[in-house]
Amino acid sequence: MRKLLLHPLAKPLLFAAALLPCATLLLAVLQHTLGPNPAETLIRSLGDWTLRFLCLTLAITPLRQWTNVAALARFRRMLGLFTAFYALLHFSSYAVFDMGLVWDDIVRDVAKRPFILVGTTALLLMLPLAATSFNRAVRWLGPARWQRLHRLVYAIALLAILHFFWMRAGKRNFGEVAVYGAVVAVLLGWRLYKATRGTRYFMKLGSQSAKG
Amino acid sequence: MLLPQDRGFSHAIASEITPQHVFQTRRALLASLAVSGAFGACRAFAQTTAARPLPATRSTVPGALTMEKPTPLADVTGYNNYYEFGTDKSDPARHAQALKTRPWTVSIEGEVKKPATFGIDDLLKLAPMEERIYRLRCVEGWSMVIPWVGYSLSELIKRVEPTGNAKFVQFVTLADRAQMTGLSSSVLDWPYVEGLRIDEAMQPLTLLAFGLYGQVLPNQNGAPLRLVVPWKYGFKSGKSLVKIRFVEQQPATSWSRAAPEEYGFYSNVNPSVDHPRWSQATERRLGDGDLFAKKRPTLMFNGYEAQVGSLYAGMDLKKWF
Repeated sequence: MRKLLLHPLAKPLLFAAALLPCATLLLAVLQHTLGPNPAETLIRSLGDWTLRFLCLTLAITPLRQWTNVAALARFRRMLGLFTAFYALLHFSSYAVFDMGLVWDDIVRDVAKRPFILVGTTALLLMLPLAATSFNRAVRWLGPARWQRLHRLVYAIALLAILHFFWMRAGKRNFGEVAVYGAVVAVLLGWRLYKATRGTRYFMKLGSQSAKG
Repeated sequence: MLLPQDRGFSHAIASEITPQHVFQTRRALLASLAVSGAFGACRAFAQTTAARPLPATRSTVPGALTMEKPTPLADVTGYNNYYEFGTDKSDPARHAQALKTRPWTVSIEGEVKKPATFGIDDLLKLAPMEERIYRLRCVEGWSMVIPWVGYSLSELIKRVEPTGNAKFVQFVTLADRAQMTGLSSSVLDWPYVEGLRIDEAMQPLTLLAFGLYGQVLPNQNGAPLRLVVPWKYGFKSGKSLVKIRFVEQQPATSWSRAAPEEYGFYSNVNPSVDHPRWSQATERRLGDGDLFAKKRPTLMFNGYEAQVGSLYAGMDLKKWF
């Protein structure tokens, strides 16, 4: 397992796999197979993938702690960047295909619909994290400050779940919200549990992975 | 069960009349049976029965025939909100095949002089079938143009003779756990109920629909009979009706019970009254095809203001949303 994760091809393979949803959607756009409401399908699929990558990103640290496989940390940054990538595509497709890129309408819509406001906030919070994802940024900021900044991802996760919940609340369709909500609750709950137990283990791991 | 007497001669059931094109191709059908063997025969049979024609004449009711391009049949039958069969738009087409639409009865109760239970065959011949091409605007912000087959609900209402106390009509739809996979979810209280004011129900555009695109209603569209109220958001038009109740007080309706501040009893299409969480000013017309199609402005009363605007004269439509 460790060997597989440390293989030089592991990262390129994950990179290619993470691009697959995007490629599949692009193909569906070109082939007109997005169904009767193509804009809605595209926007919602990109939102779903944002949530999935967010969960994967947040799962790395707990998984590493549960399994003691430190090599997992190699993939955290890439998964985080793909979360931001799909979030940007999600918002852009909303702006272009739902709002026709009329900025007045977008601003009014974001203000009118709390769930879009919450989603947009989550996206904006992702930007500084994406911008400071490279190694040198960690050195500039110092590991402690870098880590504090990147704890924003917890707020992002909560906002993302709230965004999804409010979107589905219109038609009281909460099945999938419960699934993503439970995953995020476990992943954040575990961190809270570790932090409140007062161990320094969590801090130590955080700064290690920041260097890796 | 009280069935109304059939007056006059016994009619053939419209849906059982062999349509002309099938009749004229009967030799071809026989030939295909002969050459293609059992497998081919099954397929030919399936093709002639899957879409059962429901002949109709073009409606003369004012406003009943929009000139807009109808939404493709595949979209009309593949993109549905019918929560009894699941909450995903593609669920009803997948799961509604389990619905048995015969035998089927609709009971008429409450403030009427002639309460009755009609069998589906009685209802099919109660009045001449008309083709009506209506816009359908969903509260979610998309719209379609659908050629329905049916007749004005008022035809049925006149026969049961509502009393002076009948101020509202409640529509109760089927809720059968054995046939409907979505009922296990608690999205809404089942059965799904909807309602209209009696004058809205009597408006000739209010349609009791039995078919679309010249065919018997596909199950996912509300077979064997449903309501279509074209100037209201789609959820007002109950599917697979089993009971029509005439009442004095405004009846409970499913969505306004689930979220009273978001879905009102009237729910008339109105571009200037937003849903609390989104704008209703524009809509996406499905079947426009491509991803880049621009949304179109939503029309007051979904474009039926000339026909139905007077029903709401003097009413504050922001208050009575």
